[in-house]
Parts: sequence; C-alpha cells; structure tokens
Amino acid sequence: MAISRDEVLHVARLARLALTDDEVERLTRELGAILDAVGVVSELDLAEIPPTSHPLALVNVWDEDEPRPSLPLDDVLANAPDREGGYFRVPAWEQ
Amino acid sequence: MIDTLRLTAEEAAGLLERGELSPAELRRAYLDAIAERDPELHCYLRTTEEAEGEGVPIGLKDVISTKGVETTAGSRILSGYVPVFDATVAARVKAAGLSLLGKTNTDEFAMGSSTENSAYGPSRNPWDPSRVPGGSGGGTAAAVTAGLAPWGLGSDTGGSIKQPSALCGNVGLRPTYGSVSRYGIVAFASSLDQIGPVAKTVRDVALLYSVIAGRDPHDSTTAELQEVPRLPEGDSLAGVRIGVPNELTEAEGIEPGVKEAVAGALERAQELGAEVDECSLPRSVRYGLPCYYLIAPAEASSNLARYDGVRYGPRAQASSYQGTVDRTRDEGFGDEPKRRIMLGTYALSAGYYEAFYGQAQKVRTLIIEEHRAALERFDVLACATSPTVAFPLGERVEDPLAMYAADLLTIPSCLAGLPGLSIPCGLSDGLPVGLQLIGPQFGENTLFRVGHALERAIGFDTVPERLR
Repeated sequence: MAISRDEVLHVARLARLALTDDEVERLTRELGAILDAVGVVSELDLAEIPPTSHPLALVNVWDEDEPRPSLPLDDVLANAPDREGGYFRVPAWEQ
Repeated sequence: MIDTLRLTAEEAAGLLERGELSPAELRRAYLDAIAERDPELHCYLRTTEEAEGEGVPIGLKDVISTKGVETTAGSRILSGYVPVFDATVAARVKAAGLSLLGKTNTDEFAMGSSTENSAYGPSRNPWDPSRVPGGSGGGTAAAVTAGLAPWGLGSDTGGSIKQPSALCGNVGLRPTYGSVSRYGIVAFASSLDQIGPVAKTVRDVALLYSVIAGRDPHDSTTAELQEVPRLPEGDSLAGVRIGVPNELTEAEGIEPGVKEAVAGALERAQELGAEVDECSLPRSVRYGLPCYYLIAPAEASSNLARYDGVRYGPRAQASSYQGTVDRTRDEGFGDEPKRRIMLGTYALSAGYYEAFYGQAQKVRTLIIEEHRAALERFDVLACATSPTVAFPLGERVEDPLAMYAADLLTIPSCLAGLPGLSIPCGLSDGLPVGLQLIGPQFGENTLFRVGHALERAIGFDTVPERLR
C-alpha cells in the first residue's frame, strides 16, 4: 500500500514533527512497506467482533477522594528548559 | 572473592543475612564487575556510586523513573531529565531494601529488539560481543548474564523482557497485564506495557516479582493479585498439561537449532511427568505482528505527544511556540520513535481509523479468545521465545520489518495480556535459546513451578563460555 509524500507531510503536521526532506523521502518508502505488512488485518471480516482496548476486565475503578499534597512548585519546574517565576516560559504562539 | 557471574540474588541475600558479607562489600563487587566489563558491553547508561539500601543490589531499566537519578528512556529528548519522584516499582524495590546499581540501556522509548535504537549506543551480548543482547531491555538482560547485577527490572510491550532474556541466556518474566504498576514508567503503549523481573534463576524472578506486584492506587489499571506469589520448589511436573501451539512452532524463520533446543526441553518436561500435546492458535501468529504494529504505534503516537520541550528535556530554538515544539521533536526523537509516531498517527487519522486501528482492536479480541480456548485445555503453552539466537549488530538496523519480526513469537500473548516466562533451554551455535512459557491471566505461580522444574532438569549454565 503506497503512501504519498503529501500524506507523509500531512501526518507529520498532525504529529508535530518538523521532518527534514531526507526524512520525508525515507519515511514515505518505509511507511509504505510497513503499511503493506500490517494491512493484512483487513483480510478478516470482523463486523461482528467487538474491539478490545484493554486486556483486563476492569470497570469503574474508584478510589476514596482523599486530598493529598501535590508536588512542590520548585519540583514541578525543576526540569523546565525555561521558566519565569512559577511558570513554564515558551516563545509566543505565531498567529 | 565474590563471583558475581554465578551468585544468585537468593544466595546474595543469604550471605547478607548470615553476616558473611556486608552490603557495602556486595555492592562493591558488582561495581567492580561493572568497571571491568561494562566498557565492552555497555549495559549501563549510568551507575550510582552511592545508593541507599542494605539489601541485594539491582539494576533498573532506564524507562523507570528514579528520584534524583537521570532517566532518559534511551532518548535524546529526555537527556538531563531528573525525575522528582520514584516510579512505584522503584519505590517498592527501595522499600524492600534493594540498592540501586544504576540505570540500564534500552532501545529509545523501549522501541526495538536489539538496543541499537538507543540514542546512547548499543549494548552487546555477553556470549558474543559482536552480537546484540536483544531488546528493548538488552541492558538489563546483558547485565544479569555478565554478573553486572544479580537481577534487574525491565519493561515489556511486545517482548522487551522475554526476548533479551532468551538471547542472553537468563530468566525473564513479563507479568500479567495489570499485576505490576506502571506509575512513573516512561509510557510507550499503555494497554501493553508491563514491568517485570530478569534474573539468573526462576526463584530469583519469583522473589523480585513478589516485591513489585500488586495493586497500586496510583495506577487504576492494576488489580489485586488473586494468589500470593510463591517461590517454586520441587521437580515434578506430574499432572501439568503443556500445550504446544503448532503455528508458534512451525512459523517461518524459526532456526533449526532453536527448534531442536525447544523440542529437547519439551522432552524433559514429559520425563518430569507433564502431558505435552499440540494445540492451535490459528490467527495469532499470522495477524499478531500486524495487529501489534498498529496498536502499539497508535498508543505510542499519543503517549509521545507529551514531549514538546516545554516542561522538561532539551528545547530547540525557534521564534514561535509551534516551531519550537516541531523542531524539538524532530531533533529529540531518533528514527524508530519517529517511524512509530508517524505510523500510529496515520492509523488513527480520519479516514484510516476504522480500517487500521479499529480493525486491529478487533483482531486483538480474536487473539484473546484463541488463547483463552487453548488455556482451557492446557495449564501453560510452550514455544520458542525468539525465532533466532542473538543476531550480529547492524544486521537488521536498516530493515525495520526484519527487526519487528524478532518479536513474532512473544507478541501474541502480550496482546492477550497474558504472563510469559522465558527460561534458557540450550545452545544453538554456541548461543542461548529461550523457551517461552505462557500462562493464564494471573497464572504466574504456575509459570514459576513449571519454569523452576524445567530449569533444574535442563541444567543450563548461565555463564557465557568466554567468561568462565
């Protein structure tokens, strides 16, 4: 199953990846081959089969609503590449 | 003189308990072994010279958050990331007194079957350093075999504990999905990821499993264990029914030497009193790998959306927020995570969701039902863990599909959420072969019993010939 260069660029935008031209070229080829291999799942008629999202039959797991201390703000921000006061700092959103 | 190549965790605990050895002496023995052999094998991304705990030391795969100790998941995008809290499994091993030796190498975000996808360079197989130790948990598995840790924890999504244990000749358990907490684990595919133990013996694996397993309020996908984990004893397999799935035995690409070693192990099982018979998982092999390579990348594309250079990790410089995020991700992720993010995003995108992701979720239901039916007739299923012995470094890095095929035999039971134990069952061309035992949900004690009896009957020497 072929995937076009335009589709790869579209998916890269959805995935928030600024791929280089070389990567786009390579991924177009590789994803085509992988989609061929995984596409065999479409051979099966599974109209009546329910999907599985999770292998353990757990439903509605409730815990007591007990307040617990949160991480201290300095811990939360400890790994931030950039911060200002109690905030993560990032460049402005481009309109 | 402590021979870390042979010392089991259980023996080490005995030495400490009887005061024949101090915790500091024991740690020193492992740190010395690391200094001697790790420059060649590269099992550790970092070691911890100082650590709390008076018990048996342990190595933890670098996807497990350790408070105050850098945790990178083998990725550049987490370089310099120092967790401010412990994963539940890290907290439980510390509470049990185990002291951290270091963080072990992994394919980036646990995506791979050789550790060659680690951004920090591959680990090597202690049996033959020109070959891979398997992956993604090759660092932990190689460390245990090379005497650089008595035991360790790995994570398994589609085979990342079992396959490296097979290729390195030791014992690895992928527990039942939901029996071990994933809180504080760097997430890959949340409906599949499980943390589990690696060691030289089944008893050590059972002991470490008993330390980490059980419900965790921080992870609502964990369940109470139905039985207390038991340390296996005894040699008899009388009354145990072992099913051998045809499709997992005859699958294309299984090496003759691997088949031979597995067949030999099944003969030992019969001699110990087990009933061994054929069974069938008709669609689990043909459709297991394709199903997995839709579901796991789809979940990964969602989990890895969090790496945006805002809250942690290195950040690429750009004038806008959008440019910063997109470039941080392109520069921070290696080839394999990008491939899987792209594949998963595609499989989840409008127009393709039902045909790919939706269909794969239904295939997963079939695979679960096939395993359930087989495990109504049998107590455990048995087959090879890996179709091949350890392959040379570089052999598969340019061919993603060849690398994915390394997990052909481990993936079906992972999709079904079932526990699997790999034990060494012999050599082929001088390299270890793993026997995979698959049990019903929460059937770990059965796996321990069967694995322990077989391990004793097989008498595999876990020390590589070149290190004896």
